[in-house]
Amino acid sequence: MLSRILKRIAISIPVLVGVVLAIFIMLRIVPGDPVTTMLGEHVNPAVIEKISREMGLDQPLHIQFIKYVANALQGDFGTSYRLNRNVTQIILDAFPNTVKLSLLAAAVAWLIGIVAGIVAAIQQNKLLDRLFMGGALMGVSMPVFMTALVLQYVFAFKLKWFPVSGFDSWQAMVLPAIALGWNSAGSIARMTRSNLVEVMQNDFIRTARAKGLRENGVIVGHALKNAMLPVVTMMALQLSSMLSGAVLTESVFGVPGIGRLAVNGIETRDMPLLQGTVVFTTILIILGNLIADLLYNVLDPRIREGA
Amino acid sequence: MTDEKARLTEENAKGKADGNAGTYTGERETAKGRQPQPEEAGAQLGESDTWTDKMQTLMRQNKLAVFSAVMILLMILVAVFAPLVAPYDHLAQSLPDRLQDPSAAHWLGTDELGRDVLSRIIFGARISLTIGLLPTLISMSIGTVLGLCAGFYGGKTDFIIMRLADVMLAFPSLLLAMVVMYTMGGGLINIFIALSLVNWAGTARIVRSQTLSLKEKEFVEAARSIGVKKWTIMFRHILPNCLPSLIVLFTLNIPSAILSEASLSFLGIGAQPPSASWGLMVVRGKKYLFSEPWLSIAPSVAIMIVVLAFNFLGDGLRDVLDPYLKEQ
Repeated sequence: MLSRILKRIAISIPVLVGVVLAIFIMLRIVPGDPVTTMLGEHVNPAVIEKISREMGLDQPLHIQFIKYVANALQGDFGTSYRLNRNVTQIILDAFPNTVKLSLLAAAVAWLIGIVAGIVAAIQQNKLLDRLFMGGALMGVSMPVFMTALVLQYVFAFKLKWFPVSGFDSWQAMVLPAIALGWNSAGSIARMTRSNLVEVMQNDFIRTARAKGLRENGVIVGHALKNAMLPVVTMMALQLSSMLSGAVLTESVFGVPGIGRLAVNGIETRDMPLLQGTVVFTTILIILGNLIADLLYNVLDPRIREGA
Repeated sequence: MTDEKARLTEENAKGKADGNAGTYTGERETAKGRQPQPEEAGAQLGESDTWTDKMQTLMRQNKLAVFSAVMILLMILVAVFAPLVAPYDHLAQSLPDRLQDPSAAHWLGTDELGRDVLSRIIFGARISLTIGLLPTLISMSIGTVLGLCAGFYGGKTDFIIMRLADVMLAFPSLLLAMVVMYTMGGGLINIFIALSLVNWAGTARIVRSQTLSLKEKEFVEAARSIGVKKWTIMFRHILPNCLPSLIVLFTLNIPSAILSEASLSFLGIGAQPPSASWGLMVVRGKKYLFSEPWLSIAPSVAIMIVVLAFNFLGDGLRDVLDPYLKEQ
């Protein structure tokens, strides 16, 4: 068990390095000199050279990379070109908002997704099943920004139940969380249903029924536990699409989160800012997947006790 | 999504490579005993009647998928013949007619520059469908070749390709596309290139896992023993057996590509004005959301319909072609 965990952690390290390297290279094959882009064309070349030197941009790429990784390991993602502030600090200011948004969205997704999935599985091929699964596929197919705009129009503008934008009160968090969670809810509902339907065909379900358990008891006590395993893993994998979706949700509702930073970084051509946010987010996702895998090991007795 | 598909299929294939192959009953087997049997579907590929059979099953069982296929075909036709179908020129501005409500003359109203929204949506279909189909085809071709090589050659080739795939899959797809857009700058051509380059890893994983199990099969052994060249075995013997999964994956990857383009354009780092990209229309209409909601809702609905149609079709195709390619 321990060696399995250590091995799994060991596999993540090259991926981490690869990801940072990939971002680093991609952002540096930009045509044109970053300092010139930042200051404009008609600035004294001597000034440009001086700033380049101060920022370490005059050194060979591999030295820059090693320095970047060394600094990043100490929690320093460099200084933003535009805001002239430490990128780590900027990220840490925005991060709590994105975390709140993602956690609330995850709660929405779990609640709607699992309930709808269970109901659909129980009512297999009946009206409710088709209705919920149609709804789930619609949830998966709706662009996140569409859900967000529709919610904003109906509940913030027409009904005035919630604020139109911002993220400073719990009322303001409701709509962004639903907008972001909706999409994942669809995936979770579909997966919960298909797993539950499969599990229900097992011999142990027949046994449970044969010994006289009520159908609800069979589902809650025997089937659900087995059907939820892959869903747990999936939830962690959803983290990735959720953080992608957060970029859009934050943009619609004006939430000052990580996604906004990434978009700002592109709009203002602020390379360290964009690099920092992407590296930071991707590391989070890799960690999330790692935790999901380990969780799976702990939750699944066949893996836990075997090997 | 592709990541999870890849993982699950890969796990199944691994179990099978270990030698505990299940028997194919034509029905979904229980969760843990389930093994993918790509060769079953593939062994019949030579006989065209089984493809016909499968399509007939699809038409019988899944009316929704058939309806979606018809919708997709219609949309492709509309996109191809956009200049004939659209009531107005999608770029023609008419400031006196700006921000009009939907009417008989302008079914979906006009935008802030007086352009007909319906015509713009019709022309926008060209962008969405092209971005959905071509980059997906390119990225999946890259993924297929890499997956075949990784599975067939094994060893270092496998290790390098799959670690690269791991790195690609670790990125949230939108952020990765954003980084590429930062480097290359906005614009549709660059979205096209970005999406062609970033989405190969999921396909590579699935093709690799199928190759791993297929290369142990007797027909590959037979081909080897009579001295068939490696590339011929890979592309003539193994690849056709992966086709059912690839077709399903293709259908399900198209909507992700369409959504990526729409999202990038929505964020302002994709298509640039005056393009009729649906994502760009949504974000430009967003300013008028509370007075003229249809400006952003109409193109959103267009995106949703296209994505939904491809998802329904993909679901239906998966059920008949490759029931083992797990949901989500």
